[in-house]
Amino acid sequence: MAAPKKGRRSPGGQGRPGRVLALILIAMVALTGGMFASGRTTPRLGIDLAGGTSFTLEAKNEPGKPNAINPTNMNTAVGIIERRVNGLGVTEAEVQTQGDNHIIVNIPKGTNAKQARQQVGTTAKLGFRPVLSVAPGAKNEPTPDASSPGKDKDAKDKDGKTKPSGSPSASASSSASGAPSASASPRQQGRPVTDAVKADATPSASAVAKDDKAKDEKKDDAKKDEGKKDDKSKEPTPSPADVAALQKKLDALDCTTPEGRAKASEAAAGAKTTDVIVACKKDGSAKEILGPVSVEGTGVTGADAVFDSQQGRGWLVQLKFDSSGSKKFADVTGQLAGKQPPQNQFAIVLDGEVVSDPSVSTSITGGQAEISGGFTQASAQDLANVLSYGALPLSFDVVTEQTVTAALGGEQLRAGLLAGAIGLGLVIIYLVAYYRGLALVALASLLASAILTYTIMVLLGQAIGFALNLPAVCGAIVAIGITADSFIVYFERIRDEIRDGRTLRPAVERGWPRARRTILVSDFVSFLAAAVLFIVTVGKVQGFAFTLGLTTLLDVVVVFFFTKPLMTLLARRKFFASGHPWSGLDPKRLGVKPPLRASRRPSAPVDPKEA
Amino acid sequence: MSKLGNLGARLYRGEVGYDFVGKRKIWYGISILITITAIVGLAVRGLNMGIEFSGGAVFTTPSTSVSAEAARETAEQTSGHTAIVQKLGNGPLRVQVSDLTTEQSRATQEALAKQLGVSTDKVNTDIVGPSWGDEIAKKAWYGLGIFMILVVIYLAIAFEWRMAIAALIALIHDLTITVGVYALVGFEVTPGTVIGLLTILGYSLYDTVVVFDGLKEGAKDITKQTRFTYSEIANRSLNGTLVRSINTTVVALLPVAGLLFIGGGFLGAGMLNDISLALFVGLAAGAYSSIFIATPLVADLKERDPQMKALAKRVRAKRAAQAAKGESGEEPRDEVPGDEEEETEDPAGVVGPRQSAARARGTRGGRPQGKRR
Repeated sequence: MAAPKKGRRSPGGQGRPGRVLALILIAMVALTGGMFASGRTTPRLGIDLAGGTSFTLEAKNEPGKPNAINPTNMNTAVGIIERRVNGLGVTEAEVQTQGDNHIIVNIPKGTNAKQARQQVGTTAKLGFRPVLSVAPGAKNEPTPDASSPGKDKDAKDKDGKTKPSGSPSASASSSASGAPSASASPRQQGRPVTDAVKADATPSASAVAKDDKAKDEKKDDAKKDEGKKDDKSKEPTPSPADVAALQKKLDALDCTTPEGRAKASEAAAGAKTTDVIVACKKDGSAKEILGPVSVEGTGVTGADAVFDSQQGRGWLVQLKFDSSGSKKFADVTGQLAGKQPPQNQFAIVLDGEVVSDPSVSTSITGGQAEISGGFTQASAQDLANVLSYGALPLSFDVVTEQTVTAALGGEQLRAGLLAGAIGLGLVIIYLVAYYRGLALVALASLLASAILTYTIMVLLGQAIGFALNLPAVCGAIVAIGITADSFIVYFERIRDEIRDGRTLRPAVERGWPRARRTILVSDFVSFLAAAVLFIVTVGKVQGFAFTLGLTTLLDVVVVFFFTKPLMTLLARRKFFASGHPWSGLDPKRLGVKPPLRASRRPSAPVDPKEA
Repeated sequence: MSKLGNLGARLYRGEVGYDFVGKRKIWYGISILITITAIVGLAVRGLNMGIEFSGGAVFTTPSTSVSAEAARETAEQTSGHTAIVQKLGNGPLRVQVSDLTTEQSRATQEALAKQLGVSTDKVNTDIVGPSWGDEIAKKAWYGLGIFMILVVIYLAIAFEWRMAIAALIALIHDLTITVGVYALVGFEVTPGTVIGLLTILGYSLYDTVVVFDGLKEGAKDITKQTRFTYSEIANRSLNGTLVRSINTTVVALLPVAGLLFIGGGFLGAGMLNDISLALFVGLAAGAYSSIFIATPLVADLKERDPQMKALAKRVRAKRAAQAAKGESGEEPRDEVPGDEEEETEDPAGVVGPRQSAARARGTRGGRPQGKRR
């Protein structure tokens, strides 16, 4: 479908319209047969019509990694998210990249949206950090030597007050969209740096993580940590002053409630890999001070849950590292092995939460490790899952989240189909009123187009996962107009030829090359618009553009291989050829004035000339 | 309808016609006026951006007897933000809260479900981050730019650069009008609107291309005759394709109108409505611009061409000569309608490919063609 080609023989030119017609009919039958053979007779419905939850994730640029968003990383991320989502018992979830930096996750109905978001939205970053200190999960009373217990208490009280209101949203902003929580941020923005550092310890501090000021403060914090790291790069133990500050942070941490854990993990997840952080254990049983990340999750190449029957250790998790990962892991385990508990532990931190904190007895070299002790089958597999798939190469924001009930989707689909049917009905009425008998050709062509579109959509649903969403339905309805436009262009051409005094058969042939050019040029423009839309946009818009492009292509196919041959055949029928008043081609009605040239020149040369 | 058919025939033969090109100043004036109104409206009233651009959530409930007012209070109390509640059709409520975090929106969803006495997952939720709309808008601009460049290149190759430029101006004109209507009426701008706007790109040009195709054909071998100037030929081919343009526009508008009034009326605000509203406005503007703006612009541009200037001069000279000779009518269309040869000869000078047929006829009798040239 490019610029009109000159000198191309019109398909089904005068000679064999029947053959071309038969060809496309066979193609239609084949497509329909293929559809039935494939076992699906309805198009796959998009999440907005079938019901379910749909997330759009946007990859974030991280400082220091400007080129991290690339197709390879995106595909890795898709793979990880897909395994994660489907590994959790959700069936038929779809994860696909859209555009350069978006991932769409569609989860069919029947899934808890909240849980789904947790699996998808909290795009985990995995890391191994040495454990520096462990405390029970509950919130400690402020220690007397803390510099400003009052203020800390203030913060806590505030948290305490908001919690009982039963709304988990009151002060937490675990939303990846990064909108600062209204309750927490204004108060903290104005605080002096020292306080803010302290405030970092309070779980709610993460709410301002996106704030410029907060960022600055954080930087300060990070610098401190970096400096400290330089001092004792081999010894990830903070200086006494820092220990005190961290201890205070730790004291303020409340790991017993889900809200507290969520806030803590958000704060921890927001910290840099070089920071010393405080984090909660996943089950809330403990809170820990953790050193900088010693091995990144990306260093893990795989993990399996294995049942050890020989030594009776029960379920354990086997880990494999890549070359740099295994080297780092050997280093850190070597250091940790010699220490006293709890500092001989390393924490597996997933998105700011300690998933597991096994202790180390020897330096583990060779890139293989085992974590054992107290696993059930489920917890071992969980950990293995996290280790294998937990490390996304990118971090993501959830930019949209849509839950649709199937009932509403069905209603919208019905409304769309009703609108389409009425629109089609109006078009038919108009065509019949204006073109009379010719409208039959248009209707047959529209029907052919509809059959082709429908079967191809069904088959594409199987082949490339094309899902019919609401905008796509809209695109299909709009396409009725495009398809009908082509017939109008052709019919008007034929009528113009008749007005020039030709009889129908030559008119059909002579009108075709010019109509063909117009149709090709204008369809090309439509297709161009659809293609550009499809390429540059994401999500719903793509469904619309895809349908529009598909129907435009099919329009060309139908006009060339169906309408034209059909017209040629019909031109031989007496009803049309004689210009019956109801044929839509009555020369008198078209304003041809007698004497009709047709009577004088019955054997007009039929040579479709390229315009 | 046969009257329309007859009109079509008369338009085709140039017996009747409206001087679109000649009166182009009026149309330019109207268009400039509309454009200025649109721009002023845009500047003063701005666009009513949907929550997709500010971030927020839309909840759609199942059919319920709970009043919109009650739902609004619930939503506002839970979320702490202003909520807009609409009753859709026969019962469902559409609650729109802007500037909402995910956690807040989930709480609101739960609160609404509780109030309605249905399970949480019966309340449809659409949460949009504030960056999403910007992302879509950014991509839309990007797409718009790419499309314009590609289409100008394509039209310049398929037709000529003047037509490409005229089509581009007509396209910008359509988009401006559509955006202006949105600003003035205060329709909400959503990603659906953006989709609709981008679709207008293809549609608006579809009409223009159909007209230009007729014009290109009409203007073939234009320098070989001295009866019409380019503008006159442009006007004639415009009139000749008028029926086609009207028909294609009506047929394109019908399904969109179906979507807008039936689909939208049934469901209230929503994706279908947003797309079809933008399409409806844009299509109407597109039909107008292809007839009143694009073709006159081409004629204007073309008349600056030295060849066309020379032609216009020749045409004027010939007309002056004919007037001096005192021929009864300068225009053949004024001659006796029964004279068949005149009838067919008339477009013969205009429409290239028909020339051969006309010439063939000319040799068989009637007035020899040569005499007229």
